[in-house]
Amino acid sequence: MPGNIWVLAEHWRGKVSEITFEALALGRDVADQLGSKVEAVLLGHGVKDLASQLGAAARVISTDHEALAEVVPEVYAEALAQLARRERPAAVLTPLSNVTLGVGTLLAAKLGASAINFCKNVRVVDGKIEAHAVLYGGKIETKVAAAAEPVVLGIGPGARLADAGRSAEPPAVVDEVTVDLPEAQPIRFKEFIEPEAGEVDVTQQDVLVAVGRGIGSRDNIALAEELAAALGGVVCGSRPVIDQGWLPPSRQIGKSGMQVKPRLYLALGISGAPEHVEGMRGAELIVAVNTDPAAPIFNVAHYGTTADVLEFLPLLTEQAKALRG
Amino acid sequence: MNLLVLLKMVPDVVEELEIASDGAGLDMDVARMALSESDDHALEQALLLKERMGGTLAVLAVDAAEVDDALFTALAKGADRALKVDAGEVAQLGTRALADLLSQVIADGHNLLPVDLILTGTQAIDDLDGLMAPLVAHQLGLPYIAIVIQVTPDPARRVASVVKEYPGGVRGRFEIDLPAVVGIQSAERPPRYVPVAKVRAAMKTQRIETVQAPTLADGGTVLAEVKSMSKPEETGRAEMIEGTPEAASARLCGILAERGLV
Amino acid sequence: MLETDIIARPVFYALPLWLVFAFYLACAAALGAFSFGAWRKVRRYARGRVDPGVKLTWRLFGQGLAAILPNRAILAGDAYAGIAHLCVFWGFAGLFVATTLVLVDNDFLRFVVPQWQFLNGSFYLVFSWLADLSGVLLLAGLLLLAARRSVFRLPFLKYEAKEGAKYLPAPAVLAREDWLFLGWMGVLAVGGFLLEGFRIRATEPSFERASFLGWQVGEALAAAGLTSEAARNAFAFVWCFHALTALALVAWIPYSKAWHMLAAWYTAAFKHHPAARTLPAAPEGESGGYARVEDLTGTEQVMLDACTRCGRCHAHCPATTAGFPLSPRDLVQTLRAFASRPVANTSLAGGVVPEAWLWSCTSCLSCVEHCPVGVWHVPLIVQMRRFLVAQGQLDKRLQESMQNLTRYGNSFGSSPRARPKWTQELPFKIKDARKEAVDCLWITGDYAAFDPRVTPVTRGFARLLNQAGVDFGILYEAEQNSGNDIRRAGEEGLFEVLMDKNVAAIEKAGHQRLVTTDPHAYHALKNEYRWTNGHGRVAHYTEVLDELIGSGKLPVLHKREMRVTYHDPCYLGRYNGLYDAPRRVLRALGATLVEMPRNRDRSFCCGAGGGRIWMEDSTEIKERPAENRVREAATLAGVTTLVVSCPKDLVMFQDALKTTGLEGKLEVKDIVHLVEQATG
Repeated sequence: MPGNIWVLAEHWRGKVSEITFEALALGRDVADQLGSKVEAVLLGHGVKDLASQLGAAARVISTDHEALAEVVPEVYAEALAQLARRERPAAVLTPLSNVTLGVGTLLAAKLGASAINFCKNVRVVDGKIEAHAVLYGGKIETKVAAAAEPVVLGIGPGARLADAGRSAEPPAVVDEVTVDLPEAQPIRFKEFIEPEAGEVDVTQQDVLVAVGRGIGSRDNIALAEELAAALGGVVCGSRPVIDQGWLPPSRQIGKSGMQVKPRLYLALGISGAPEHVEGMRGAELIVAVNTDPAAPIFNVAHYGTTADVLEFLPLLTEQAKALRG
Repeated sequence: MNLLVLLKMVPDVVEELEIASDGAGLDMDVARMALSESDDHALEQALLLKERMGGTLAVLAVDAAEVDDALFTALAKGADRALKVDAGEVAQLGTRALADLLSQVIADGHNLLPVDLILTGTQAIDDLDGLMAPLVAHQLGLPYIAIVIQVTPDPARRVASVVKEYPGGVRGRFEIDLPAVVGIQSAERPPRYVPVAKVRAAMKTQRIETVQAPTLADGGTVLAEVKSMSKPEETGRAEMIEGTPEAASARLCGILAERGLV
Repeated sequence: MLETDIIARPVFYALPLWLVFAFYLACAAALGAFSFGAWRKVRRYARGRVDPGVKLTWRLFGQGLAAILPNRAILAGDAYAGIAHLCVFWGFAGLFVATTLVLVDNDFLRFVVPQWQFLNGSFYLVFSWLADLSGVLLLAGLLLLAARRSVFRLPFLKYEAKEGAKYLPAPAVLAREDWLFLGWMGVLAVGGFLLEGFRIRATEPSFERASFLGWQVGEALAAAGLTSEAARNAFAFVWCFHALTALALVAWIPYSKAWHMLAAWYTAAFKHHPAARTLPAAPEGESGGYARVEDLTGTEQVMLDACTRCGRCHAHCPATTAGFPLSPRDLVQTLRAFASRPVANTSLAGGVVPEAWLWSCTSCLSCVEHCPVGVWHVPLIVQMRRFLVAQGQLDKRLQESMQNLTRYGNSFGSSPRARPKWTQELPFKIKDARKEAVDCLWITGDYAAFDPRVTPVTRGFARLLNQAGVDFGILYEAEQNSGNDIRRAGEEGLFEVLMDKNVAAIEKAGHQRLVTTDPHAYHALKNEYRWTNGHGRVAHYTEVLDELIGSGKLPVLHKREMRVTYHDPCYLGRYNGLYDAPRRVLRALGATLVEMPRNRDRSFCCGAGGGRIWMEDSTEIKERPAENRVREAATLAGVTTLVVSCPKDLVMFQDALKTTGLEGKLEVKDIVHLVEQATG
């Protein structure tokens, strides 16, 4: 009987992370291929209720402990290791996010298990787990086989659609189990520091409307802002626009600005200088509007049009609004 | 403060990466190695701490192509010592094996102990089988935290206040007992530029201490086997939407709607 | 009317003997004060560092002299100021000679060999006439100069307090000295004529009509009711006044900007010194640049002291014009004030001169070109930048560019293997000069190879060379950034690394001549590289085009009527004096060249040089240099094309068209583009 597939259910500030659902969907696919089940491991303190959202898992292993209130990799890894030693899963999927990073590596070290990071897909080949990992900043894809069980898989964002890992139903089984963690920890959480009011974190946006020099003048930024509002995103820009002082530096995309990976990146009047492209090439869908058909932005964009930005912008805004109703 | 920075060389992704003939690794004859970006930040943060609080700063790396450049640059920037672990055929070692080597070297002495703070990058682009910082912390039995953007040690209380990044611009402050291993995401300021003249001077007046690789208990078992490597499919040029601006915007709106973006 | 027998001037006319002695005493005091001040200055210069690479030669001195005597540098570009200064210069010189002659005749010959006295007879008449003419010239010049300050209120003669520059003298202090200098000379001139008038009124010799203005003053005094008697009695007082003011001016010279009258004879020679363009070497030592005031060379200290605040560097500086914090004039004033009263343990860069000033410079050399007294603003700035670079105090983006240049040999941070990528779209293969000998080795430069906005032009030039049957090749991955601008950013070591790699690759490649599509590389290859073996003659691509068109290898098939203007790149024009080849090419194409008001050596920088292209612009800029320049081009009647011959210009001006809203009215074209149209 092959072991089950575990998913470390990441949650942060009372909310289950999107990546948890993505990992659940992926875990279920792997479990199906392996002929076992996907199980969610919910670690935390006072968050038992979140288990109800994890219905995509056949079972939720819920552990409540004061030391698990915030993710401290050492503590989380210790808890997971204790559970894994008891139940012997075939694989543990841990998100490679700012919240959970490090837990997987420590867990593998504690268990003497294989670890494979940067997974964008996991398959079962000849009854064995094989991970598809993205290396070197996305330049190389690789197929990796685990040499020792269990295997701890570090999952990057976007492995599956989050919706595929959501379930309206609560999980069939929720097991509350205990772990033995030391009272005093060498790492103590103190406080959260909230971003300054009004500051937008462009790296956290699903939709970015990026403007370049082609936007012409500061006044036209308002047009882009209208479109961004209609699409539920924010406006950012390439270096010249920031230099002009048309947008604050926190909105700069590119080498000397932010590196973003939104679901939609709408590049308006951006020529696509290499410095800029470096900051946005990871976007899921890139649409470029530039009058110059030879603009390098079209080399990275998925869709492009050579329409005039100032003409195109209001039209798109109107249609997007109409669609939203 | 005794500071130790762990440096790691990774393939430079600015250069074209070629896959070796066995299809399971990079062609290292073509690849150029560069210091891992977040390790560079870890070094910068350590330099800032040294400037602020005094003490010693050592840098430690396992031998790799161009590692000497990185180590001399670190010396030119202000590191006191640079150590290189000579591990023979190391190019293909995974992070786990590297971490084992480095941990063992640290534990063996080499005047690296006592250490107050070990800094390294949060993550490297080739950390396929694990991250350096937690692995070293695990080996040495030290506390670990990563994605750190600020470190403020309090040597008197033997603790450091660290700030790590969370999503959405939120940050979290932790207190960590020293000694500790800290994975740096970015230093308080971009890694400094050190003029060529200073690096040349360092090459003339300072030296890299070479340390023989220790024998590891488990022989550096490889726990993950790369079966094959390939380049991702080229996305290629954009699909151009032709027609009047009206038609084009309508078509684009349709595409966005399809993908659930409107 | 009382006729004297002898046509000569009684020098101490009607002066009591004690006053004559008092005068000699005052003379001694003034000369003492002058000598003390001058000695202190000269001692400071002598203690200054000596740069063995920057030496004064007779040839340079001759060139300086040839420029000073006709006031050429002052006349250039500002005829009004030039004429005014010519009047003052020659007026003052004439009066100085006159005074000296009187001194020799009266204070020396009279006592020693009286028979040798010469200030008499017709010579005296000519002397008097010339002396009066000098006085008139001086007065006229001073009035013209005063009008610039009071009536025209020229903006570059105004001063402002600058943030962070505590050693920059207060605006009021500077303005006071300016007026004092001007006014004092005015008082001297007026006093001299008054004195002459009183003397003439007192003695009334008819031959004194030769002193045409003095005579008129005498007449006027008579008309005002002054009797000869009264004139005789008052003479001593007028004389005293004139003598004292004159002596006081002499004493004041080494303590004021009047010092330029002496210093400029020396410094003007350095305007043509090659190191003004190729940069002096960095001083030996840890810092690698100018850390403290002691690092300034003696010559540079004379240069600082020679500055008169004429404001030309300030008026023509692209950084100042754009509203960057730098004013070359204020920089010189700050350094000059500090050098004369140094404070121990104060670093020049940052401590005396704000860092932001130093990073504003585009190294366009306009200041050096416009400076009438030969100050080396750009070399000074680079020396201080070198110090900042050594300290690691530099702009974030510049730092990144340096890292890229160190690692990849290009500032784009691209793989060296991507350098020849631009050739891929060509229908023919460009020879690899590393593998086979070529006649013409083409150094493309970074922007021409990497910037997608420029590569179409680069391919155009390749097609033209191909079409003309030129045997040419490139170095492919082996080429490195020329290092010209990183050198000016202050990173000498990196420049040397890049130079060494380029020199090695170029010398290894068989070639007859070098051609480059980058004026910055042109300058470095031609003037700054240290070659070990030989290399071909360096040509800019406009020279090659000129030659190919001239020799018929690139026949002009379609001449087109068009009105264009042409921008002289700094590193081609001011740095290397190459103005005519591109103009000849344009004429050969049938174009009518309409010059911008600022052309040739007065060309206005696009703002990209000296590493500025790699730095962040401050947010407080009024108007970018490139915007200023395209607006200038747009004012020309009927001109719709701004022709450039530098890849950075193409990028900067095309951007500026967008930000100024001139797109559609003006287009920026590389000269290659026009040649292709006319020959293809």
